[in-house]
Amino acid sequence: MNTAVKVLSLSVVAAVAMMGCGKKEEAPKPAAAPAAPAAPAVTVVKLGHVGPLTGGIAHLGKDNENGARLAVEEANAAGIKIGGAPIKFELVAEDDQADPKVGNTVAQKLVDAKVVGVVGHLNSGTTIPASAIYNQAGIPMISGSATNPALTEQGFKAVFRVVGRDDQQGPAVANYLISAAKPKVAAVIDDATAYGEGLANEVEKTLKAAGVKVLPREKGTDKTADWKAVLTKVKGKKPDVIFYGGMDATGGPLLKQARELKIGAVFAFGDGACTDKMAELAGAAADGMVCSQAGIPVQAAGKKFLDAYKAKFNIDPILYSPFTYDAAMLMIEAMKKADSTDPAKYLPALASIDFNGASGNIQFDDKGDRKDAEMTIFAMKDGKVAPFAIIKGGKSLTLDEYAALGAPAAAPAAEAKPADAPAAAPAQK
Amino acid sequence: MDIFLQQIINGLTTGSVYAIVALGYTMVYGVIQLINFAHGEVVMIGAMVAFTVIMAIVGAGAPLPPIVIVLAGVLAAIPVCMTVGFLLERVAYRPLRHAPRLAPLITAIGMSIILQQLALLIWGRDPRAFPQIMENTSFSLGGAAISSVQIAIILMSIALMAVLTWFVYRTKFGIAMRATAENVSVAGLMGIDANRVIAGTFIIAAGLAAVAGVMYGTYYGIAHYTMGFILGLKAFSAAVLGGIGNLAGAMLGGILLGLVEALGTGYISEFTDLCKWPVVGAEGMLMERCAADGHVVLFGSNYQDVFAFLVLIMVLVFRPSGLLGERVSERA
Amino acid sequence: MNRKTLGFVLIALALLILPHLLTQVGTAWVRIANLAILFVFLSLGLNIVVGMAGLLDLGYVAFYAVGAYVWALLASPHFGLHLPFWIILPIGALLACLAGAVLGAPTLRLRGDYLAIVTLGFGEIVRIFMNNLSAPFNITNGPKGITRIDGMQLGEMNFMATDTLFGIPFTGPTKYYYVLLLLLLLIIVVNLRLQNSRIGRAWVAIREDEVAAKAAGINSRNVKLLAFAMGASFGGIAGGMFAAMQGFVSPESFILHESIMILAMVVLGGMGNVWGVIAGALLLSFVPEFLRYTVEPVQKALFGQLLIEPEILRMLLFGIALVLTMRFRPAGLWPESRHKLEAKEAKEASA
Repeated sequence: MNTAVKVLSLSVVAAVAMMGCGKKEEAPKPAAAPAAPAAPAVTVVKLGHVGPLTGGIAHLGKDNENGARLAVEEANAAGIKIGGAPIKFELVAEDDQADPKVGNTVAQKLVDAKVVGVVGHLNSGTTIPASAIYNQAGIPMISGSATNPALTEQGFKAVFRVVGRDDQQGPAVANYLISAAKPKVAAVIDDATAYGEGLANEVEKTLKAAGVKVLPREKGTDKTADWKAVLTKVKGKKPDVIFYGGMDATGGPLLKQARELKIGAVFAFGDGACTDKMAELAGAAADGMVCSQAGIPVQAAGKKFLDAYKAKFNIDPILYSPFTYDAAMLMIEAMKKADSTDPAKYLPALASIDFNGASGNIQFDDKGDRKDAEMTIFAMKDGKVAPFAIIKGGKSLTLDEYAALGAPAAAPAAEAKPADAPAAAPAQK
Repeated sequence: MDIFLQQIINGLTTGSVYAIVALGYTMVYGVIQLINFAHGEVVMIGAMVAFTVIMAIVGAGAPLPPIVIVLAGVLAAIPVCMTVGFLLERVAYRPLRHAPRLAPLITAIGMSIILQQLALLIWGRDPRAFPQIMENTSFSLGGAAISSVQIAIILMSIALMAVLTWFVYRTKFGIAMRATAENVSVAGLMGIDANRVIAGTFIIAAGLAAVAGVMYGTYYGIAHYTMGFILGLKAFSAAVLGGIGNLAGAMLGGILLGLVEALGTGYISEFTDLCKWPVVGAEGMLMERCAADGHVVLFGSNYQDVFAFLVLIMVLVFRPSGLLGERVSERA
Repeated sequence: MNRKTLGFVLIALALLILPHLLTQVGTAWVRIANLAILFVFLSLGLNIVVGMAGLLDLGYVAFYAVGAYVWALLASPHFGLHLPFWIILPIGALLACLAGAVLGAPTLRLRGDYLAIVTLGFGEIVRIFMNNLSAPFNITNGPKGITRIDGMQLGEMNFMATDTLFGIPFTGPTKYYYVLLLLLLLIIVVNLRLQNSRIGRAWVAIREDEVAAKAAGINSRNVKLLAFAMGASFGGIAGGMFAAMQGFVSPESFILHESIMILAMVVLGGMGNVWGVIAGALLLSFVPEFLRYTVEPVQKALFGQLLIEPEILRMLLFGIALVLTMRFRPAGLWPESRHKLEAKEAKEASA
């Protein structure tokens, strides 16, 4: 703990306390400010961000953090005043190592540091236990990437997410399969992780509801390389479509081995295997696979966001950064609306917000989930996954149609016609 | 029937890889009664080195036939793995030869962690895709598909087994190995340098591991820094199943374990589907679910990793000497 | 003697006020301290099996998992059960104890290294079952784990909330700290009492020479089984506390890596020596925390870039520590006095 941090946190406490006292006393302040030659005292407001910065998905954690950081810096550049006082936002970034134990510890650290809001975490496995700590402290938390439905089913008032849930993504890809492949028999395989199994369950539910016969669930692990026995068994039941809930590291070998066994079914995957790595791992076998992502594709995100991200970090956004960017923006917007940085005061404003962000229009339902979240369907072509349909409100739209809706993504999406989309796809790497 | 045959082919291929790794365990154990926990990591290093070399050749665009490129990968991996094997013995295990039994085992766990982390530093966290250079022609065998890579793996492991048997029973070094395995001090009195023999055993085992690593990589098309651990455990189970210390046993154990895994994964759900069995006391609830889903499977492929451990526990409890092992070790 | 008592009193006082000092820095540090105590507790449990009886158990985390899931299932909305802790903890300990006996009975006649592999397999089997018992009947909720687990509740005192007593605030983590400290005291006493008891001496006898021990009339089977069952039940208690503190359990928390970590604490500190094991556990709990905050800045200052991630460095150091300990101090950094004696004898014998 260096003294600077202490001073900052003290000033936050002071700021919060002042705001708690009401605005009347503060009203004269702006008037007084011009009289003083020195700039008015800047109040520092802390926002937290948590994601894994070490370990297997550190690059995604960094991407998430970059998104939130960009939002904070843009807000600072805009010179926001809340409660009459100029505000400087500061991002406190913590590393949860994708480990629930560490996740709880750093959540407590953020609470100790008196942050007024938290963007994160990345994995559902760390987000769910940590959400209890934030909720108890009354600090709003918005995850930009935790898709497990359980997160917002806990009944916590301060917990939100801006990304679609597994049970929104699952039906989207399943419905697409039903309409495009008209299957009679389907096989569902997963990697026995919370993510893979959760998504696979939702796909199975939708398929069954549409009268498709679903074979007994087959499973591997998140390290399985040998899928031959499982696939051979599935082959014997002659499914028309096969869905795999899992990551690209296991999905690639699965697809490759399936084609070696001469399984002709349509293969579909969730967002964990919706990457170009699939083509690298499965070779030519990957062509024609379909996959889905919660939310809009990175390349359809607001052009302003894409450019600003590239300019600031000198790399392309990877996956969820438009969402974490929006999450941070939402908090700042809500604070502006409530004219307060006190979590208790701006929380209602956050819950009822209507905001156009980099990932489209955002409103929350009463659980804290995003209303009518978009889903995107991708297909593998020439070694790259390219988006070709955005599912919104149960309807399947092409990128152009989506752009024509007048969402903020209009400008970039119009430029990035489907033909361009693959060119933007290296961002997936 | 074609599905059953396909599972047999799958099992034989995986089993052949297990067998080659199991040979490494069994040889080392036979000579100095040590479970070389880090052996799986040597396999992983073999796969990684071969991958790097193959990628470099492919990247350079050298107009070589695919089989030559893969062979170059194997030839690069073997000396690297042999060096690792030699260093493992020299640095980690030799100083502990007279220590209490638990010490070398804990050291082996430590070495396994170290090798894994070093591989992570060198090759990174991302799974490496083995380049698809071998054109994978499939042949039809009674309705099942068998690919050229699968045939190559099965033949290769049989050939290695034959060479190894010849080496252990017909060469001078092999005889010295067997003598050391019988009794280190008596072998010493007969003029055998036990240190040399033990180091040699580690080197041969590591060479086999390198070949196994390349087999694994080309077969599944993937290499990853964590791939060695579970592979090593399964191969160890195979060695115990066959009778640890016994070469033919390792081969048999490997193939059997491969078959058990493939058939278990393929058929366990058929036998544990409650809809096919009269379950006393819960018919009502089951009937409803069977009507809705057509199946209520108690155990499915999700338990595939359990088979190897179950086999291991069963063998150790009921027949600790394994299928082909004759002597039951008395050392406690 | 008087000075020794004074020392103990001072240490006890320091431990009592520690959480309040840590709260000044941040409640997060109390949580870190709690996890450290939990690991000390676990390694003392494993010490009974590995250190005293010399049975290398690589699947200890299975018992920890059993305890955690017992708490999670009996005190969460998953089954709608909300039993009080004084029912759950004993059930958890009992079930873990049973699991220990089930594992122990068929495997105890195995030799040391075989036993290690079989226990490792057992640990993995338990984890795989917990991960998959969500279908066809949902028992463990599978990989998603169990959320919203009840914390401890002592009469009116809720361990999730902050209470003020004599003007001193007691946060949730601080309350858990005191409970854990109490449990720790219990297990230390058990360990110390065992060390010089009949059973303890029987364990050491088996560890050193099973054949001789049998000849001396020790029923090695029963005595070994007792070690397994006793170690396991402490693992079960630790698991229950873990579930209560975290409010969330999933199979991810019970991987082989955790078993090896606990084993390393025992081995590094000194198998069989209670104080050594405690020191080993504290060392391995805090060093990673320390590395997390120093490795990056130090490397950036020295090389201008990050060469080795803290996570990798931590694991590397961990492996190296295991190897070096076995090479140069096979009895641990703080060896048991009996071990020290043996090491000396062995040296003289080999010289």
